[in-house]
Amino acid sequence: MQSIELARRARISALTMCSTSGASHIGAALSVIDILAVLYGHVADVAPHRTDDPARDIVLVSKGHSASGVYAVLAHAGYFPLEWLDDYYLDGSHLGGHVTAHGNPGVELSTGALGHALPFGVGRALVDKLDGIDRRVFVVLSDGECAEGSNWEAALMAAHHCLGNVTVIIDRNRLQILGRTEDVLGLEPFADKWRAFGWEVDEIDGHDHVQLTEALRVRSNRPRVIVANTTKGKGVDFMEDKVEWHTLVPTADHLALALAQLQTNTTEVQA
Amino acid sequence: MRDAFVKKLNEKAADDPSIMLLVGDLGFGVVADFGDTYPKQFLNCGVAEQSMVGIAAGMAASGRRPFVYSIANFPTLRPLEQIRNDICYHGLSVTIVSVGAGLAYGSLGYTHHAVEDISILRSLPGMRVFSPADALECSAAVDEILATPGPAYLRLGKNREPLVNPTQPDLSRGEPILIRDGSDVTLIAAGPIITQALEVAELLAPTGVSVRVVSCPVIKPLNAEAIRSVAEGTVGIVTLEEHTILGGFGSAVLEGFAVRGWRTPILPLGLEDAATHIMGSQEWIRERAGLATPYVQQRVATFAEENA
Repeated sequence: MQSIELARRARISALTMCSTSGASHIGAALSVIDILAVLYGHVADVAPHRTDDPARDIVLVSKGHSASGVYAVLAHAGYFPLEWLDDYYLDGSHLGGHVTAHGNPGVELSTGALGHALPFGVGRALVDKLDGIDRRVFVVLSDGECAEGSNWEAALMAAHHCLGNVTVIIDRNRLQILGRTEDVLGLEPFADKWRAFGWEVDEIDGHDHVQLTEALRVRSNRPRVIVANTTKGKGVDFMEDKVEWHTLVPTADHLALALAQLQTNTTEVQA
Repeated sequence: MRDAFVKKLNEKAADDPSIMLLVGDLGFGVVADFGDTYPKQFLNCGVAEQSMVGIAAGMAASGRRPFVYSIANFPTLRPLEQIRNDICYHGLSVTIVSVGAGLAYGSLGYTHHAVEDISILRSLPGMRVFSPADALECSAAVDEILATPGPAYLRLGKNREPLVNPTQPDLSRGEPILIRDGSDVTLIAAGPIITQALEVAELLAPTGVSVRVVSCPVIKPLNAEAIRSVAEGTVGIVTLEEHTILGGFGSAVLEGFAVRGWRTPILPLGLEDAATHIMGSQEWIRERAGLATPYVQQRVATFAEENA
Protein backbone atom coordinates (compact mmCIF):
# COMPACT_ATOMS: atom_id res chain seq x y z
CA MET A 1 0.00 0.00 0.00
CA GLN A 2 1.28 3.49 -0.82
CA SER A 3 1.97 5.60 2.24
CA ILE A 4 -0.59 8.20 1.10
CA GLU A 5 -3.33 5.59 1.05
CA LEU A 6 -2.07 4.16 4.35
CA ALA A 7 -2.37 7.64 5.89
CA ARG A 8 -5.86 8.17 4.45
CA ARG A 9 -7.15 4.89 5.85
CA ALA A 10 -5.46 5.58 9.20
CA ARG A 11 -7.16 8.99 9.39
CA ILE A 12 -10.56 7.40 8.80
CA SER A 13 -9.86 4.78 11.45
CA ALA A 14 -8.47 7.21 14.04
CA LEU A 15 -11.50 9.50 13.65
CA THR A 16 -13.87 6.56 13.96
CA MET A 17 -11.99 5.16 16.97
CA CYS A 18 -12.05 8.46 18.88
CA SER A 19 -15.68 9.17 18.05
CA THR A 20 -16.91 5.66 18.92
CA SER A 21 -15.01 5.33 22.17
CA GLY A 22 -15.20 8.92 23.39
CA ALA A 23 -11.44 9.50 23.28
CA SER A 24 -9.55 12.80 22.90
CA HIS A 25 -6.40 13.74 20.99
CA ILE A 26 -7.73 13.34 17.46
CA GLY A 27 -6.00 16.58 16.43
CA ALA A 28 -2.59 15.20 17.43
CA ALA A 29 -3.28 11.90 15.66
CA LEU A 30 -4.25 13.57 12.38
CA SER A 31 -1.17 15.77 12.66
CA VAL A 32 1.33 12.91 12.94
CA ILE A 33 -0.27 10.25 10.71
CA ASP A 34 1.65 11.20 7.55
CA ILE A 35 4.97 11.00 9.42
CA LEU A 36 4.06 7.56 10.77
CA ALA A 37 2.73 6.31 7.44
CA VAL A 38 6.00 7.20 5.71
CA LEU A 39 8.11 5.71 8.53
CA TYR A 40 6.25 2.42 8.89
CA GLY A 41 5.24 2.37 5.22
CA HIS A 42 8.62 2.54 3.52
CA VAL A 43 11.46 4.34 5.30
CA ALA A 44 12.12 2.44 8.51
CA ASP A 45 13.51 -1.07 8.07
CA VAL A 46 10.61 -2.70 9.89
CA ALA A 47 7.88 -5.15 8.94
CA PRO A 48 5.04 -6.98 10.68
CA HIS A 49 6.84 -10.32 10.43
CA ARG A 50 10.09 -8.89 11.87
CA THR A 51 9.00 -7.22 15.10
CA ASP A 52 11.54 -9.30 17.08
CA ASP A 53 14.32 -9.12 14.51
CA PRO A 54 17.38 -7.70 16.30
CA ALA A 55 18.40 -5.97 13.08
CA ARG A 56 15.12 -4.06 12.65
CA ASP A 57 15.06 -0.28 12.92
CA ILE A 58 13.56 1.09 16.12
CA VAL A 59 10.61 3.48 15.84
CA LEU A 60 9.64 5.23 19.06
CA VAL A 61 6.62 7.49 19.33
CA SER A 62 7.19 9.87 22.21
CA LYS A 63 3.89 11.69 21.80
CA GLY A 64 1.93 8.82 23.32
CA HIS A 65 -1.35 10.74 23.18
CA SER A 66 -1.44 10.25 19.42
CA ALA A 67 -2.22 6.58 20.14
CA SER A 68 -5.28 6.38 17.88
CA GLY A 69 -3.11 7.46 14.94
CA VAL A 70 -0.27 5.10 15.84
CA TYR A 71 -2.55 2.08 16.24
CA ALA A 72 -4.46 2.91 13.08
CA VAL A 73 -1.26 3.10 11.02
CA LEU A 74 0.06 -0.15 12.55
CA ALA A 75 -3.18 -2.03 11.97
CA HIS A 76 -3.47 -0.86 8.35
CA ALA A 77 0.22 -1.73 7.84
CA GLY A 78 -0.54 -5.28 8.99
CA TYR A 79 1.00 -5.36 12.49
CA PHE A 80 -2.20 -6.52 14.14
CA PRO A 81 -5.82 -7.19 13.15
CA LEU A 82 -7.94 -4.22 12.11
CA GLU A 83 -10.66 -5.49 14.47
CA TRP A 84 -8.51 -4.49 17.43
CA LEU A 85 -9.21 -0.88 16.49
CA ASP A 86 -12.92 -1.40 17.20
CA ASP A 87 -12.18 -1.74 20.94
CA TYR A 88 -9.79 1.19 21.17
CA TYR A 89 -9.98 2.90 24.58
CA LEU A 90 -12.76 0.55 25.73
CA ASP A 91 -12.78 -1.81 28.73
CA GLY A 92 -10.39 -4.72 28.29
CA SER A 93 -8.86 -3.43 25.05
CA HIS A 94 -5.27 -4.06 23.99
CA LEU A 95 -5.19 -0.47 22.89
CA GLY A 96 -5.25 2.29 25.47
CA GLY A 97 -5.49 6.03 25.08
CA HIS A 98 -1.71 6.35 25.15
CA VAL A 99 0.76 4.29 23.14
CA THR A 100 1.17 0.94 24.89
CA ALA A 101 3.76 -1.68 24.00
CA HIS A 102 2.48 -4.63 26.02
CA GLY A 103 0.83 -7.12 23.69
CA ASN A 104 0.90 -4.78 20.71
CA PRO A 105 3.26 -5.84 17.92
CA GLY A 106 5.22 -3.00 16.37
CA VAL A 107 5.12 -0.76 19.44
CA GLU A 108 8.62 -0.54 20.93
CA LEU A 109 7.93 1.64 23.98
CA SER A 110 4.91 2.60 26.04
CA THR A 111 4.67 6.36 26.21
CA GLY A 112 2.19 8.88 27.50
CA ALA A 113 4.22 10.94 29.93
CA LEU A 114 6.18 13.25 27.65
CA GLY A 115 9.93 13.46 27.18
CA HIS A 116 10.64 9.74 27.61
CA ALA A 117 11.35 8.27 24.18
CA LEU A 118 14.42 10.29 23.20
CA PRO A 119 16.58 9.24 26.19
CA PHE A 120 15.40 5.64 25.68
CA GLY A 121 16.25 5.85 21.97
CA VAL A 122 19.68 7.28 22.76
CA GLY A 123 20.27 4.25 25.03
CA ARG A 124 19.40 1.88 22.20
CA ALA A 125 21.52 3.83 19.72
CA LEU A 126 24.51 3.84 22.08
CA VAL A 127 24.38 0.04 22.34
CA ASP A 128 24.17 -0.28 18.55
CA LYS A 129 27.17 1.99 18.18
CA LEU A 130 29.16 -0.02 20.75
CA ASP A 131 28.24 -3.26 19.01
CA GLY A 132 28.79 -1.95 15.49
CA ILE A 133 25.18 -2.63 14.50
CA ASP A 134 24.10 -0.50 11.58
CA ARG A 135 20.46 0.20 12.17
CA ARG A 136 18.51 3.37 12.82
CA VAL A 137 16.53 4.70 15.75
CA PHE A 138 13.65 7.04 14.83
CA VAL A 139 12.01 9.09 17.56
CA VAL A 140 8.81 11.01 16.87
CA LEU A 141 8.37 13.98 19.20
CA SER A 142 5.64 16.54 19.49
CA ASP A 143 6.65 20.19 19.53
CA GLY A 144 4.88 20.92 22.82
CA GLU A 145 6.80 18.16 24.56
CA CYS A 146 10.08 19.85 23.72
CA ALA A 147 9.45 21.86 26.88
CA GLU A 148 10.46 18.70 28.78
CA GLY A 149 14.09 19.05 29.87
CA SER A 150 14.77 15.33 29.49
CA ASN A 151 14.72 15.80 25.70
CA TRP A 152 17.50 18.35 25.88
CA GLU A 153 19.55 16.19 28.27
CA ALA A 154 19.32 13.38 25.74
CA ALA A 155 20.02 15.77 22.86
CA LEU A 156 23.34 16.64 24.55
CA MET A 157 24.20 12.94 24.86
CA ALA A 158 23.32 12.13 21.25
CA ALA A 159 25.50 14.98 19.97
CA HIS A 160 28.35 14.23 22.38
CA HIS A 161 28.50 10.63 21.16
CA CYS A 162 27.94 11.59 17.48
CA LEU A 163 24.93 9.29 17.21
CA GLY A 164 24.32 9.45 13.48
CA ASN A 165 21.99 6.48 13.94
CA VAL A 166 19.44 8.69 15.71
CA THR A 167 16.82 10.61 13.76
CA VAL A 168 14.23 12.73 15.53
CA ILE A 169 11.10 13.84 13.71
CA ILE A 170 9.22 16.67 15.35
CA ASP A 171 5.52 17.01 14.62
CA ARG A 172 5.64 20.81 14.52
CA ASN A 173 1.94 21.67 14.53
CA ARG A 174 2.41 24.71 16.76
CA LEU A 175 -0.52 23.86 19.03
CA GLN A 176 -0.71 22.36 22.49
CA ILE A 177 -3.54 21.83 24.97
CA LEU A 178 -4.13 25.40 26.06
CA GLY A 179 -2.89 27.39 23.10
CA ARG A 180 -0.23 28.02 20.48
CA THR A 181 3.23 26.74 21.39
CA GLU A 182 4.70 30.20 20.88
CA ASP A 183 2.17 31.69 23.32
CA VAL A 184 2.45 28.96 25.98
CA LEU A 185 6.24 28.55 26.11
CA GLY A 186 7.94 29.74 22.96
CA LEU A 187 10.26 27.34 21.14
CA GLU A 188 11.54 29.62 18.39
CA PRO A 189 14.17 29.85 17.07
CA PHE A 190 13.46 26.14 17.26
CA ALA A 191 15.70 24.78 14.50
CA ASP A 192 18.57 26.95 15.76
CA LYS A 193 18.22 25.46 19.23
CA TRP A 194 18.81 21.98 17.80
CA ARG A 195 21.70 23.26 15.68
CA ALA A 196 23.24 24.83 18.76
CA PHE A 197 22.98 21.42 20.47
CA GLY A 198 25.07 19.92 17.67
CA TRP A 199 22.30 18.35 15.61
CA GLU A 200 21.87 18.43 11.85
CA VAL A 201 18.52 20.04 11.09
CA ASP A 202 16.12 19.69 8.20
CA GLU A 203 12.83 21.56 7.90
CA ILE A 204 10.11 20.18 5.68
CA ASP A 205 6.37 19.99 5.05
CA GLY A 206 5.32 17.18 7.37
CA HIS A 207 2.35 16.19 5.24
CA ASP A 208 4.29 15.89 1.97
CA HIS A 209 5.22 12.23 1.64
CA VAL A 210 7.95 12.92 -0.93
CA GLN A 211 9.65 15.48 1.33
CA LEU A 212 9.22 13.21 4.35
CA THR A 213 10.73 10.24 2.52
CA GLU A 214 13.71 12.19 1.21
CA ALA A 215 14.45 13.84 4.55
CA LEU A 216 14.12 10.59 6.50
CA ARG A 217 16.38 8.68 4.14
CA VAL A 218 19.34 11.03 4.62
CA ARG A 219 22.09 9.52 6.79
CA SER A 220 24.67 11.57 8.63
CA ASN A 221 27.51 11.11 11.07
CA ARG A 222 25.65 13.36 13.50
CA PRO A 223 22.18 13.02 15.01
CA ARG A 224 19.55 14.49 12.73
CA VAL A 225 16.33 16.26 13.54
CA ILE A 226 13.59 16.84 11.01
CA VAL A 227 11.29 19.68 11.93
CA ALA A 228 8.17 18.53 10.11
CA ASN A 229 5.81 21.47 9.80
CA THR A 230 2.33 20.10 10.20
CA THR A 231 -1.25 21.14 10.78
CA LYS A 232 -3.00 19.83 13.81
CA GLY A 233 -6.24 18.12 12.75
CA LYS A 234 -4.90 17.72 9.19
CA GLY A 235 -7.42 16.43 6.66
CA VAL A 236 -10.61 17.63 8.33
CA ASP A 237 -11.22 21.31 7.61
CA PHE A 238 -13.10 22.19 10.78
CA MET A 239 -10.41 20.58 12.95
CA GLU A 240 -7.37 22.02 11.20
CA ASP A 241 -5.24 24.34 13.34
CA LYS A 242 -7.93 24.49 16.03
CA VAL A 243 -6.67 24.27 19.61
CA GLU A 244 -9.87 22.63 20.90
CA TRP A 245 -9.40 19.47 18.80
CA HIS A 246 -6.62 18.36 21.09
CA THR A 247 -9.27 17.69 23.69
CA LEU A 248 -12.71 17.43 22.06
CA VAL A 249 -14.29 14.13 21.11
CA PRO A 250 -15.84 14.03 17.62
CA THR A 251 -19.63 13.49 17.74
CA ALA A 252 -21.40 11.26 15.22
CA ASP A 253 -22.17 14.37 13.14
CA HIS A 254 -18.54 15.51 13.24
CA LEU A 255 -17.49 12.02 12.20
CA ALA A 256 -19.86 11.93 9.23
CA LEU A 257 -18.63 15.32 8.00
CA ALA A 258 -14.98 14.33 8.50
CA LEU A 259 -15.29 11.01 6.71
CA ALA A 260 -17.02 12.69 3.78
CA GLN A 261 -14.01 15.00 3.42
CA LEU A 262 -11.52 12.16 3.55
CA GLN A 263 -13.45 10.29 0.83
CA THR A 264 -13.42 13.45 -1.32
CA ASN A 265 -9.69 13.86 -0.83
CA THR A 266 -9.11 10.37 -2.20
CA THR A 267 -10.76 11.34 -5.45
CA GLU A 268 -8.44 14.33 -5.73
CA VAL A 269 -5.39 12.20 -5.07
CA GLN A 270 -6.48 9.62 -7.62
CA ALA A 271 -7.26 12.32 -10.19
CA MET B 1 30.30 -0.46 50.99
CA ARG B 2 30.53 1.58 47.81
CA ASP B 3 34.04 0.21 47.21
CA ALA B 4 32.66 -3.29 47.75
CA PHE B 5 29.97 -2.55 45.17
CA VAL B 6 32.41 -1.35 42.53
CA LYS B 7 34.81 -4.24 43.29
CA LYS B 8 32.00 -6.75 42.91
CA LEU B 9 30.78 -5.16 39.70
CA ASN B 10 34.34 -5.24 38.38
CA GLU B 11 34.51 -8.99 39.00
CA LYS B 12 31.11 -9.60 37.41
CA ALA B 13 31.84 -7.41 34.39
CA ALA B 14 34.87 -9.52 33.55
CA ASP B 15 32.60 -12.47 32.78
CA ASP B 16 29.53 -10.61 31.63
CA PRO B 17 30.02 -8.03 28.87
CA SER B 18 26.36 -7.04 29.14
CA ILE B 19 27.01 -5.29 32.46
CA MET B 20 27.17 -1.51 32.10
CA LEU B 21 27.96 1.09 34.74
CA LEU B 22 26.29 4.45 34.10
CA VAL B 23 27.17 7.35 36.36
CA GLY B 24 25.77 10.84 36.68
CA ASP B 25 29.18 12.48 36.98
CA LEU B 26 29.60 11.22 40.53
CA GLY B 27 31.93 8.71 42.16
CA PHE B 28 35.26 10.56 42.14
CA GLY B 29 37.98 8.08 43.07
CA VAL B 30 35.45 5.24 43.12
CA VAL B 31 34.41 4.46 39.56
CA ALA B 32 37.55 5.40 37.62
CA ASP B 33 39.01 1.89 37.84
CA PHE B 34 35.90 0.37 36.37
CA GLY B 35 35.94 2.87 33.52
CA ASP B 36 39.61 2.20 32.83
CA THR B 37 39.20 -1.57 32.89
CA TYR B 38 35.95 -1.71 30.92
CA PRO B 39 35.74 1.43 28.78
CA LYS B 40 32.98 -0.09 26.64
CA GLN B 41 30.93 -0.91 29.74
CA PHE B 42 31.20 2.49 31.37
CA LEU B 43 29.32 5.67 30.54
CA ASN B 44 29.32 9.02 32.29
CA CYS B 45 25.95 10.51 31.38
CA GLY B 46 26.74 13.90 32.91
CA VAL B 47 24.58 15.69 35.44
CA ALA B 48 21.43 14.53 33.68
CA GLU B 49 19.65 11.85 35.67
CA GLN B 50 16.40 11.71 33.67
CA SER B 51 18.31 11.11 30.48
CA MET B 52 20.64 8.64 32.26
CA VAL B 53 17.77 6.45 33.45
CA GLY B 54 16.01 6.60 30.08
CA ILE B 55 19.29 5.64 28.40
CA ALA B 56 19.70 2.75 30.85
CA ALA B 57 16.19 1.53 29.97
CA GLY B 58 17.01 1.72 26.25
CA MET B 59 20.22 -0.23 26.85
CA ALA B 60 18.34 -2.88 28.83
CA ALA B 61 15.85 -3.20 25.96
CA SER B 62 18.89 -3.95 23.79
CA GLY B 63 20.02 -6.72 26.15
CA ARG B 64 22.43 -4.87 28.44
CA ARG B 65 22.41 -5.07 32.27
CA PRO B 66 22.88 -1.42 33.28
CA PHE B 67 23.68 -0.25 36.81
CA VAL B 68 22.85 3.42 37.26
CA TYR B 69 25.05 4.89 39.99
CA SER B 70 24.73 8.20 41.75
CA ILE B 71 24.33 9.56 45.26
CA ALA B 72 21.38 10.08 47.57
CA ASN B 73 18.20 11.06 45.72
CA PHE B 74 19.76 11.84 42.37
CA PRO B 75 19.26 8.42 40.75
CA THR B 76 15.88 7.81 42.43
CA LEU B 77 13.63 10.79 43.01
CA ARG B 78 14.91 13.04 40.21
CA PRO B 79 14.24 10.46 37.45
CA LEU B 80 11.39 8.71 39.29
CA GLU B 81 9.05 8.79 36.30
CA GLN B 82 11.73 7.27 34.07
CA ILE B 83 12.19 4.48 36.63
CA ARG B 84 8.44 3.94 36.82
CA ASN B 85 7.50 4.17 33.13
CA ASP B 86 10.61 3.25 31.19
CA ILE B 87 12.01 0.56 33.51
CA CYS B 88 9.24 -0.92 35.67
CA TYR B 89 6.35 -0.66 33.19
CA HIS B 90 8.48 -2.56 30.70
CA GLY B 91 9.97 -4.94 33.29
CA LEU B 92 13.51 -4.07 32.20
CA SER B 93 16.63 -5.27 34.00
CA VAL B 94 18.05 -1.97 35.21
CA THR B 95 19.53 -1.59 38.68
CA ILE B 96 19.43 1.79 40.39
CA VAL B 97 22.28 2.22 42.86
CA SER B 98 22.23 5.03 45.37
CA VAL B 99 25.20 5.66 47.62
CA GLY B 100 24.84 7.64 50.84
CA ALA B 101 21.63 6.13 52.18
CA GLY B 102 19.85 7.88 54.98
CA LEU B 103 21.85 10.64 56.63
CA ALA B 104 25.26 9.51 55.36
CA TYR B 105 25.81 12.89 53.69
CA GLY B 106 24.64 14.62 56.86
CA SER B 107 26.52 17.90 56.65
CA LEU B 108 25.62 18.40 52.99
CA GLY B 109 22.05 19.07 54.07
CA TYR B 110 18.57 17.71 53.43
CA THR B 111 18.92 17.87 49.63
CA HIS B 112 21.52 15.10 50.00
CA HIS B 113 19.68 12.96 52.56
CA ALA B 114 18.07 9.82 51.12
CA VAL B 115 15.31 9.26 53.65
CA GLU B 116 12.20 8.57 51.54
CA ASP B 117 13.70 6.29 48.87
CA ILE B 118 12.64 2.93 50.32
CA SER B 119 8.98 3.97 50.56
CA ILE B 120 8.90 5.33 47.05
CA LEU B 121 10.96 2.70 45.26
CA ARG B 122 9.31 -0.29 46.89
CA SER B 123 5.89 0.89 45.72
CA LEU B 124 6.94 0.54 42.08
CA PRO B 125 5.75 -2.63 40.31
CA GLY B 126 8.31 -5.41 40.15
CA MET B 127 11.02 -3.33 41.79
CA ARG B 128 13.24 -5.35 44.14
CA VAL B 129 14.73 -3.35 47.00
CA PHE B 130 18.03 -4.19 48.72
CA SER B 131 19.49 -2.34 51.70
CA PRO B 132 22.70 -4.11 52.73
CA ALA B 133 24.24 -3.56 56.16
CA ASP B 134 27.87 -4.18 55.20
CA ALA B 135 30.20 -4.92 52.31
CA LEU B 136 29.41 -8.65 52.40
CA GLU B 137 25.67 -8.11 52.15
CA CYS B 138 26.32 -5.60 49.36
CA SER B 139 28.29 -8.17 47.44
CA ALA B 140 25.55 -10.75 48.00
CA ALA B 141 22.94 -8.27 46.82
CA VAL B 142 24.79 -7.73 43.52
CA ASP B 143 24.94 -11.50 43.02
CA GLU B 144 21.25 -11.80 43.70
CA ILE B 145 20.32 -8.87 41.46
CA LEU B 146 22.24 -10.37 38.55
CA ALA B 147 20.84 -13.86 39.14
CA THR B 148 17.29 -12.70 38.40
CA PRO B 149 16.04 -10.42 35.62
CA GLY B 150 13.97 -7.32 36.35
CA PRO B 151 14.31 -3.91 37.96
CA ALA B 152 16.21 -3.53 41.23
CA TYR B 153 17.17 -0.84 43.68
CA LEU B 154 20.39 -1.11 45.69
CA ARG B 155 20.63 1.28 48.63
CA LEU B 156 24.22 1.65 49.78
CA GLY B 157 25.72 3.35 52.80
CA LYS B 158 28.90 5.28 52.28
CA ASN B 159 32.11 3.44 52.99
CA ARG B 160 34.06 1.54 55.62
CA GLU B 161 31.01 0.34 57.53
CA PRO B 162 32.05 -2.33 60.06
CA LEU B 163 31.44 -5.89 58.89
CA VAL B 164 28.62 -7.58 60.78
CA ASN B 165 28.60 -10.80 58.73
CA PRO B 166 31.42 -13.35 59.04
CA THR B 167 31.01 -14.45 55.40
CA GLN B 168 28.94 -13.43 52.38
CA PRO B 169 25.31 -14.39 53.09
CA ASP B 170 22.95 -15.99 50.60
CA LEU B 171 20.12 -13.61 49.76
CA SER B 172 18.36 -15.80 47.20
CA ARG B 173 15.37 -16.44 49.46
CA GLY B 174 15.35 -12.94 50.93
CA GLU B 175 15.81 -14.33 54.42
CA PRO B 176 16.82 -12.06 57.27
CA ILE B 177 20.22 -12.79 58.80
CA LEU B 178 20.70 -13.48 62.49
CA ILE B 179 23.66 -11.37 63.61
CA ARG B 180 23.48 -11.66 67.40
CA ASP B 181 21.22 -14.01 69.31
CA GLY B 182 18.99 -12.92 72.17
CA SER B 183 15.81 -14.13 73.81
CA ASP B 184 13.57 -11.20 74.78
CA VAL B 185 13.07 -8.92 71.81
CA THR B 186 14.03 -9.02 68.11
CA LEU B 187 15.61 -5.85 66.72
CA ILE B 188 15.70 -5.96 62.91
CA ALA B 189 17.70 -3.34 61.05
CA ALA B 190 17.77 -2.61 57.34
CA GLY B 191 21.08 -1.11 56.32
CA PRO B 192 24.29 0.05 58.03
CA ILE B 193 22.36 1.38 61.02
CA ILE B 194 22.60 -2.20 62.28
CA THR B 195 25.81 -1.19 64.09
CA GLN B 196 23.60 0.88 66.34
CA ALA B 197 21.28 -2.08 66.94
CA LEU B 198 24.33 -4.05 68.08
CA GLU B 199 25.30 -1.24 70.46
CA VAL B 200 21.78 -1.27 71.88
CA ALA B 201 21.97 -5.05 72.43
CA GLU B 202 25.33 -4.66 74.16
CA LEU B 203 24.06 -1.90 76.45
CA LEU B 204 20.80 -3.67 77.33
CA ALA B 205 22.37 -7.05 78.12
CA PRO B 206 23.56 -6.09 81.62
CA THR B 207 20.09 -4.66 82.39
CA GLY B 208 18.52 -8.08 81.82
CA VAL B 209 17.03 -7.38 78.39
CA SER B 210 18.33 -9.86 75.86
CA VAL B 211 18.12 -8.44 72.31
CA ARG B 212 18.25 -10.59 69.17
CA VAL B 213 19.80 -8.52 66.37
CA VAL B 214 18.83 -9.33 62.81
CA SER B 215 19.81 -7.79 59.49
CA CYS B 216 17.23 -7.62 56.71
CA PRO B 217 18.89 -6.52 53.48
CA VAL B 218 16.05 -7.69 51.21
CA ILE B 219 13.16 -5.31 51.76
CA LYS B 220 11.27 -6.33 48.63
CA PRO B 221 10.20 -9.02 48.02
CA LEU B 222 9.88 -9.23 51.80
CA ASN B 223 10.13 -12.72 53.22
CA ALA B 224 7.56 -12.23 55.98
CA GLU B 225 7.53 -15.93 56.93
CA ALA B 226 11.28 -15.93 57.51
CA ILE B 227 11.06 -12.70 59.52
CA ARG B 228 8.38 -14.26 61.68
CA SER B 229 10.46 -17.34 62.30
CA VAL B 230 13.64 -15.42 63.07
CA ALA B 231 11.69 -13.56 65.78
CA GLU B 232 10.19 -16.73 67.25
CA GLY B 233 10.41 -16.98 71.03
CA THR B 234 10.80 -13.23 71.55
CA VAL B 235 7.99 -10.87 72.59
CA GLY B 236 7.96 -8.99 69.33
CA ILE B 237 9.85 -7.05 66.68
CA VAL B 238 11.39 -3.59 66.67
CA THR B 239 12.46 -2.42 63.21
CA LEU B 240 15.22 0.14 62.76
CA GLU B 241 16.01 2.15 59.65
CA GLU B 242 17.66 5.43 58.75
CA HIS B 243 14.64 6.49 56.76
CA THR B 244 11.21 7.97 57.35
CA ILE B 245 8.87 5.62 59.20
CA LEU B 246 6.22 6.46 56.58
CA GLY B 247 6.26 3.58 54.15
CA GLY B 248 9.77 2.32 54.84
CA PHE B 249 11.14 -1.02 56.00
CA GLY B 250 9.08 -1.02 59.20
CA SER B 251 5.93 -0.39 57.17
CA ALA B 252 6.84 -3.28 54.89
CA VAL B 253 7.08 -5.61 57.90
CA LEU B 254 3.81 -4.28 59.36
CA GLU B 255 2.05 -4.83 56.02
CA GLY B 256 3.56 -8.29 55.61
CA PHE B 257 2.31 -9.35 59.03
CA ALA B 258 -1.08 -7.59 58.91
CA VAL B 259 -2.17 -9.12 55.60
CA ARG B 260 -1.41 -12.57 57.04
CA GLY B 261 -3.35 -11.87 60.21
CA TRP B 262 -0.30 -12.27 62.42
CA ARG B 263 -0.58 -10.35 65.66
CA THR B 264 3.09 -10.10 66.58
CA PRO B 265 3.77 -6.76 68.32
CA ILE B 266 5.84 -4.57 65.98
CA LEU B 267 7.39 -1.18 66.71
CA PRO B 268 8.83 0.68 63.71
CA LEU B 269 11.67 3.07 64.51
CA GLY B 270 12.90 5.60 62.01
CA LEU B 271 12.77 9.28 61.20
CA GLU B 272 9.71 11.32 61.99
CA ASP B 273 7.82 13.09 59.20
CA ALA B 274 9.85 16.28 59.12
CA ALA B 275 12.56 17.67 56.89
CA THR B 276 15.67 18.27 58.93
CA HIS B 277 17.06 21.77 58.82
CA ILE B 278 20.06 20.98 60.97
CA MET B 279 23.50 20.37 59.54
CA GLY B 280 26.00 17.97 60.99
CA SER B 281 27.54 14.54 60.79
CA GLN B 282 25.44 11.43 60.40
CA GLU B 283 25.89 10.67 64.12
CA TRP B 284 25.04 14.19 65.15
CA ILE B 285 21.81 14.32 63.16
CA ARG B 286 20.82 10.82 64.32
CA GLU B 287 21.04 12.10 67.86
CA ARG B 288 18.81 15.08 67.19
CA ALA B 289 16.38 13.06 65.08
CA GLY B 290 15.77 10.55 67.88
CA LEU B 291 17.70 7.78 66.18
CA ALA B 292 20.79 7.78 68.40
CA THR B 293 21.67 4.73 70.48
CA PRO B 294 20.34 5.92 73.89
CA TYR B 295 16.96 6.74 72.38
CA VAL B 296 16.68 3.43 70.54
CA GLN B 297 17.87 1.63 73.67
CA GLN B 298 15.07 3.19 75.71
CA ARG B 299 12.40 2.40 73.10
CA VAL B 300 13.54 -1.22 72.84
CA ALA B 301 13.63 -1.64 76.64
CA THR B 302 10.12 -0.21 77.04
CA PHE B 303 8.82 -2.35 74.17
CA ALA B 304 10.30 -5.48 75.78
CA GLU B 305 8.76 -4.62 79.13
CA GLU B 306 5.31 -3.74 77.78
CA ASN B 307 5.04 -6.91 75.74
CA ALA B 308 6.61 -9.29 78.25
